[in-house]
Amino acid sequence: MATLDSKVPEGPIKDKWTNYKNHIELVNPANKRHIDVIVVGTGLAGGSAAATLAELGYNVKAFAYQDSPRRAHSIAAQGGINASKNYMGDGDSDYRLFYDTVKGGDYRSREANVYRLAEVSGNIIDQCVAQGVPFARDYGGLLDNRSFGGVLVSRTFYAKGQTGQQLLLGAYSAMNRQIARGKIEMFNRHEMLDVVKIDGKARGIIARNLITGELERHSAHAVVIATGGYGNVYFLSTNAMGSNVTAAWKVHKRGAFFANPCFTQIHPTCIPRSGDYQSKLTLMSESLRNDGRIWVPAKLEDAKAIQEGRLKPTQIPEEDRDYYLERRYPAFGNLVPRDVASRAAKERCDAGYGVNATGEAVYLDFASAIERYGKEQAKLKGLNNPSKEEIIKLGQDIIKAKYGNLFQMYEKIVAENPYETPMMIYPATHYTMGGVWVDYNLMTTVPGLYCIGEANFSDHGANRLGASALMQGLADGYFVLPYTIGDYLADDIQTGKIPTNTPEFDAVENEVKERIEFFVNNKGSKSVDYFHKKLGKIMWDKVGMSRNEKGLKEAMAEIKALREEFWKDVNVPGNANEMNAELEKAGRVADFLELGELFAKDALTRNESCGGHFREESVELEGEQKGEAKRNDEEYAFVSAWEYKGEPADAVLHKEHLEFNDIELKQRSYK
Amino acid sequence: MNLTLKIWRQKDASSKGAMVEYKVTDISEHMSFLEMMDVLNEQLINTGEAPVAFDHDCREGICGMCSMYINGQAHGPDRGVTTCQLHMRSFKDGDVITIEPFRAAAFPVIKDLVVDRTSFDRIQHAGGYISVNTSGNTQDANAIPISKHAADEAMDAAVCIGCGACVATCKNSSAMLFVGAKVSQYALLPQGQVEAPDRVKNMVAQMDLEGFGNCTNTGACEIECPKGISLDTIARMNRELMKANI
Ligand SMILES: Cc1cc2nc3c(=O)[nH]c(=O)nc-3n(C[C@H](O)[C@H](O)[C@H](O)COP(=O)(O)OP(=O)(O)OC[C@H]3O[C@@H](n4cnc5c(N)ncnc54)[C@H](O)[C@@H]3O)c2cc1C
Ligand code: SF4
Ligand code: FES
Repeated sequence: MATLDSKVPEGPIKDKWTNYKNHIELVNPANKRHIDVIVVGTGLAGGSAAATLAELGYNVKAFAYQDSPRRAHSIAAQGGINASKNYMGDGDSDYRLFYDTVKGGDYRSREANVYRLAEVSGNIIDQCVAQGVPFARDYGGLLDNRSFGGVLVSRTFYAKGQTGQQLLLGAYSAMNRQIARGKIEMFNRHEMLDVVKIDGKARGIIARNLITGELERHSAHAVVIATGGYGNVYFLSTNAMGSNVTAAWKVHKRGAFFANPCFTQIHPTCIPRSGDYQSKLTLMSESLRNDGRIWVPAKLEDAKAIQEGRLKPTQIPEEDRDYYLERRYPAFGNLVPRDVASRAAKERCDAGYGVNATGEAVYLDFASAIERYGKEQAKLKGLNNPSKEEIIKLGQDIIKAKYGNLFQMYEKIVAENPYETPMMIYPATHYTMGGVWVDYNLMTTVPGLYCIGEANFSDHGANRLGASALMQGLADGYFVLPYTIGDYLADDIQTGKIPTNTPEFDAVENEVKERIEFFVNNKGSKSVDYFHKKLGKIMWDKVGMSRNEKGLKEAMAEIKALREEFWKDVNVPGNANEMNAELEKAGRVADFLELGELFAKDALTRNESCGGHFREESVELEGEQKGEAKRNDEEYAFVSAWEYKGEPADAVLHKEHLEFNDIELKQRSYK
Repeated sequence: MNLTLKIWRQKDASSKGAMVEYKVTDISEHMSFLEMMDVLNEQLINTGEAPVAFDHDCREGICGMCSMYINGQAHGPDRGVTTCQLHMRSFKDGDVITIEPFRAAAFPVIKDLVVDRTSFDRIQHAGGYISVNTSGNTQDANAIPISKHAADEAMDAAVCIGCGACVATCKNSSAMLFVGAKVSQYALLPQGQVEAPDRVKNMVAQMDLEGFGNCTNTGACEIECPKGISLDTIARMNRELMKANI
């Protein structure tokens, strides 16, 4: 069976990528025409990879379940994308971006990959600008930057609050050019349901045409998985509704190791759940924490009155409010990192101080910022003795200029005016750092099978800093994979077309078909969503922000039981040979029901708190960090790579030990 | 709230469709319109009926998937929102709500409320891009300064989500707002100017080929566009086309 070889090149970290590129095998342009590559997923990672591989001359077949590549989940990213351009002259460099990313990930990512990411980050901006991405500009016509969560330099490029959209449209336009040239064949509304291996190498996929229900066989010399993250295992998340783990899980079952499944990012500032019907959660940009103060009532009876609608937040006097972040973390206050803020909110809500009907919300209050800005404006404008109303009006104008679109979005969803009453926020699942294990080449443990973007595990460690996922997706797709895949494909120039009428394709297609037939014939009594919601609740309660041994063991058993019930009692209406959204969901939830258990198992083996993952058994017992998360580098500075062995509980752990030669390992402190 | 829904049901592209009436009860005003549709579908599944097919993904108004014609309006009665951002507080107890697919010859129905909008993609294949190599040898991003004003204006055009509400709401089923937005973004930026004449000519030609109608300046598209794309983009597209033809 495959063993873990990260294939990190020798030499100093600064030269690894250059040396590597100088020594890999190249494919002659005339030969690229004889090579087919399948790219599954057309978000930032898959879209940029498909366009670049086609540009290089390979024949690309690209797949996405949406009706157009432009609608992939990447479209939703708001904040921005990092790059170490040092346009601001504030001392940024590749090394600093590398350092911040490794430290932000709590030393659980692979140094060499992260350095390469920082190295190519500047290229991404050049590329996107050339494609017509309208990044924000300053008055001199040069690119503007902002700073993002916990970094000391300004390196985030942005296009209003729609950076993901604009970057994806850039990649989509690059794809369009190749589609027009006939170099990319695009399969919209197609879902990859399995991978086909021949002689141990990935050589094709089985996809379902989502309009007709037909199963199709597609062959290629290499297969690239770029299918995004699996945050929807929690049911409620900020991900698009269709985001799923199916492709990643299916390749795992065919031999690709799955790494760090329990590393999930929980984002502190989302609009809370308002009832059981809720289908997804909406992210509010973290930038709001720059001016908002977070609090809950200090008295339980006040919290209760608010939950029941008898009291309004504005009626609670200052002395009866608990600004718990400012209280616990005086140095960082409301600006503590995502994981600390999230955990603290959950702790207060679990203790009964939540402020909406479900008891799962805290306030994000702009009243003091409005007053502060108002007074400043009144001074600037030379107003003597301004009235309270005048001050508030002036302050609100400043807040509007800074966050107007976010306030409007909040008001549309919640139907409350956040200028007048504090916003309600609660943590939600946002991004998954775990994923398919890949080596330095971005190849999985299956030869010829690659994995890029959020679907792989490599660059973010136990935590992801803001604005770094978009960077990774585009780095992989535009600048890394197109090189590394050539090294592998150089051996395939004589192979010729891979036939699809082989026993290997027959066998996999049959398995896919049997499963689909099972679903439409089962006629159980419960809908797919019933199971998905139940799974989500187990995951959130026991494998969410804080975890302990007992809860994790319970979660594993409960998920297993739920999975058994699912296979007995799931009800999928309609047929296999038509557009059938419930059938699509059934397949995805079946995979989530397996991943969820491995996720809990992975968390169980990691008896340390790191990144956003708080293990209740692993806390600082003394000193000024008392009660805070405790990382354990001695025992856990490794990547957990799981090998499939049937039941998720039987998966076998392989460890990739992480070495930090260029950065010293340090504990975090936010006190 | 209790509501009566009249929904267009159509098994597939080649079947005949019809309006079918359903009742839903206990709808919370906090639900989004799509969550209300989820409730209906859960009810249909539990009673053994086929759920209503509709397109959706992000549920935050940015992917452009959700497309419903609600009470005679694309994306329903609220201004500046997509269907997934429309909330049930825009309706009242006892309302009868009519829900149809976006209708246009260039958007054939696939099933129920799902339509095929790949004609938009084909317009983009015809020229909606800048012909730049993607292999990492582009010049430094700050080498060509772009005025803040131009960049902001390009951004205003670039925010189009390709939902097709402009087409669905237009009495001529014209796609000019969509194409205008795409052409404008590139026309306002220095990059890609060398191919600007071909770009606009090819995109407009493809638009006509796809069977979209012509613009008669009614302006309904601008009113119904969830992203506030302005009619100015159509004027700019026409100017670009004229320039290209002389
Ligand atoms: C609300 C929100 C805001 C964010 N903001 C930021 C930000 O400001 N900065 C930042 O850096 N990151 C941000 N992120 C994270 C970032 O958006 C994602 O990590 C990134 O876009 C993932 O890109 P991807 O290409 O890997 O996958 P995706 O964009 O998720 O693409 C997945 C693709 O795979 C396809 N697919 C999936 N399964 C299958 C299958 N079985 N068969 C066929 N096709 C399939 C889909 O159709 C799609 O094309 C944000 C995330 C969210 C949710
Ligand atoms: S112009 Fe507006 S209505 Fe038309 S597709 Fe774009 S966003 Fe939708
Ligand atoms: S579901 Fe994405 S815009 Fe409505």
